[in-house]
Order: sequence, then structure tokens, then C-alpha cells
Amino acid sequence: MQQIIYFLTKFRYFLLFLVLEIIALAFTIQYHSYHTSKFVNSANFITGGFYNKINSINEFFLLKTENKLLVEENVHLKNLLDKKEINYSYDSYKIIDSSKYFQKYEYSVAKVINNNFTKRNNTLTINKGANTGLTSDLGVINSTGVIGVIKSISSNFSTVLSILNDNSRINVRLKNRNHFGTLIWNGKTHTTTQLIDIPRQAVIKIGDTVITGGKSAIFPEGVNIGVIKDFRFENNQYQQINVLLFNDMSAIGYVQIVRNLQKSEQKKLEQNTANE
Amino acid sequence: MNNLTLSNSIRFIGLVLLQALVLNHINLFGYLNPFAYIIWIFLFPIRKSQSLFLIASFLLGLSVDFFSDSGGVNAAATLFIAFIRLPILKAILKKSDFDYLLFNLRALSIDKIFLYITTLTIIHHFIVFSLEYFSFSDFTTIISNTFFTSIFTILVSILGILLFVKKK
Repeated sequence: MQQIIYFLTKFRYFLLFLVLEIIALAFTIQYHSYHTSKFVNSANFITGGFYNKINSINEFFLLKTENKLLVEENVHLKNLLDKKEINYSYDSYKIIDSSKYFQKYEYSVAKVINNNFTKRNNTLTINKGANTGLTSDLGVINSTGVIGVIKSISSNFSTVLSILNDNSRINVRLKNRNHFGTLIWNGKTHTTTQLIDIPRQAVIKIGDTVITGGKSAIFPEGVNIGVIKDFRFENNQYQQINVLLFNDMSAIGYVQIVRNLQKSEQKKLEQNTANE
Repeated sequence: MNNLTLSNSIRFIGLVLLQALVLNHINLFGYLNPFAYIIWIFLFPIRKSQSLFLIASFLLGLSVDFFSDSGGVNAAATLFIAFIRLPILKAILKKSDFDYLLFNLRALSIDKIFLYITTLTIIHHFIVFSLEYFSFSDFTTIISNTFFTSIFTILVSILGILLFVKKK
């Protein structure tokens, strides 16, 4: 007994060090698995509050770019509206039948208050949380492309798993063909991501546009992502396809959060099918 | 005594906020961000209780982790350099000019300060990047990141210490 106490007093600093180090490593291992990092994140009252304050100052300097993006999107949407008009103009009357309309996706707006893009695993913090009805696993996009997926939630803030993250897997397809693939990031530069799982039958060219595929229940189909920058074709396989992002991931202001209203229905059906 | 506690607490909070709000967003050459919050470890007085120092440095790393969404990466690295600080100081300073009671970094010669800061910084950065990338295939990236970020951190730390720490 005395020897144990002697041992403990002699190595007490080392034991304290060991205990704390194990706690830190446990947090690190949690952080590397997608679903369990619940404790250490910036979606809490203190860090979120600080980022919010700083962002309200920084925001002022980004008004010009933000305005430009909005104008560009407005022009794009107006063009879409005018395309529709031609079809309708032949009708002299319109029947509005509410059973013909249904809504699959619902959008809401949020502001990015912290953004990192230089690390291996990047996240963003946004200023909306559970109080405004957000949950985890909602898609986050902006007018030029995909940003990421919501990961952790607090009452007023949420963190977003950026597409520049080791854990990020986004289902995509080529705009002009229906070949599906997966978008990952190798951690090199924040302007390019990588496309994998493209079947070798697919014919791809430099400059082809990559958009989200409709396979996942998170993003709507057809959200822009980027264009193919370069690729290698070896041993009858596509080795590395680099995708140049439309989004500048280093400067992101306002984002849109996508909620799929039919997600639970789709998930339930898929689960039932898998169980049968 | 009280004065020392107060100045260390203020330095703690100040460095965490400086790291989270300014240094994490520098992105020199596109990707370099110094981890200058470890200045707190360099400057902490030696005669204080060792266990308090270990717990405080763990909390220092964890606060930075909270701000930068990085799990326990900074906490693990900061705790480690806090633990090996004393042996390294002993090795650098030899017995003769090592004064437990009046440890003041500015009182040392510049080459010894440099050696002390460089050793701890490189060890800290290597742990941070290894835990962050967490795979052997990225070994070259880890080494190059450690090297370049260390240069930046050492520069910022030494300048900060020379400018803001009083020479008694």
C-alpha cells in the first residue's frame, strides 16, 4: 500500500499528463469520425458569439461582392422566368390546381460567421441553429455551388462540414451525361476537389460541368459544383479527376440551407427495401 | 504572486482570442497560419505548481480547439510541450545559469531563447499536423507543413516576446 502511494506521489505529474493526454486523444479520434464529434465544436454560445461579433464588422467590407453575387443570381432567375413565360403565353387562361403542385425542397438563409479552408478538415460556422428549426444533415449551398452539410447544432449556431473535408462524400453526376460519381477532397488546394467512382464507360472531357446527382437525400439534383480541370486515364480506369470549383471557398458570405421535405419518406422506404 | 496569476490569466485569454480571431485567418501564401498561442507556455513561470501548469495548458489547447473546430488536436500538442518544457530547459541552460525562482525568458541570451522556442515549436507543430492529417500517406505534407508553419510561428513568437515582454 505504502509503495503504491509512493509510486503515485513520485509519478503524479506524469500520471496527470497521461490522463489529460488520453482525454485529448479521445477528442481527436472522435473528431475524425463523421457522426460522433459532438463536444468540441464552435457551435456553442461563447465561440459562436465571438465569431458573430467579429463577422458583423468584417461583413461591411464584403458588401460589394455580396451585392454582385445577388445581382448575378437575380439575372439568372429572371432568365429562367422568361423562359417559362413563352410556354404560358399561348394559353388564354390558366387553371391553378393545387394538387398539381408540391414542394420537395425548402430553402432558408444563414450567414457564415467563421470559415476555414487551409486545414485538412475544414468546417464553417453559421449563425442559425436549432431555434430556427435546423437539424444536422441538411445541405448548405449558395448561388454558385455546394458548400457542405450541417454537422453539429446548438440553439443559435451550427457547424457545417465543408466539402473541403476528409469526411465529405457528395454524390455528383456529369451535367451532360447520367454517370454518377462521388466528390472527395485530397487536402491539397481549396480551389479543386476530386471526383471518384466514375465508371470507365463514361466519356469525360476537360471543361465538363459537374452537378449534384439526385441520389442523396440531402441536395436537390442539379446544383452546380464545378468543371473538370484535368484527369488521367490509366489501365482503363479514370485515376484522378480534378474538379475546379465554381465557388471560391475562401470567401463565403450568405448561404442557403436546403431541407428535403420528403427525406424521411425516402429513407424509410429505402430501409424497408433493404430489410426485405 | 497575485500579480503573476492575474497577468498569466490575462495573457491566456488574450492569446486564445488573438489566435482564434486574427492568427487563424492570416493564410500567408494561401495556407500558413502561425500557432502563436504557445507563447503562453514559453513564458509561464517555473516555480508555479506543475500540475496547475499541465491543467492550464490542456485548457489552453482545448479553447483553441473549440474555436477552430479541431477536436483535441491542439490540446494534445500543447499538453505535450508543457510536459517536456522543464527537461528541455534544463538541457539547454545547463546547471549553472538555471534559476528556478527568478525565471525570466528575457534575461537569457538570444541564442538560448531561440533554441528553446524552436525545439518546443517544432515538436508542437509536428503533433498538431500528425493528428490533424491522421494518416501515414500524408507524411510529406505533414513534414512540409510543420517546417513552414514553424518558421512563421517562431518569427511571430520571438518578435512578440521581444516587443511585449519587459526586460527586468
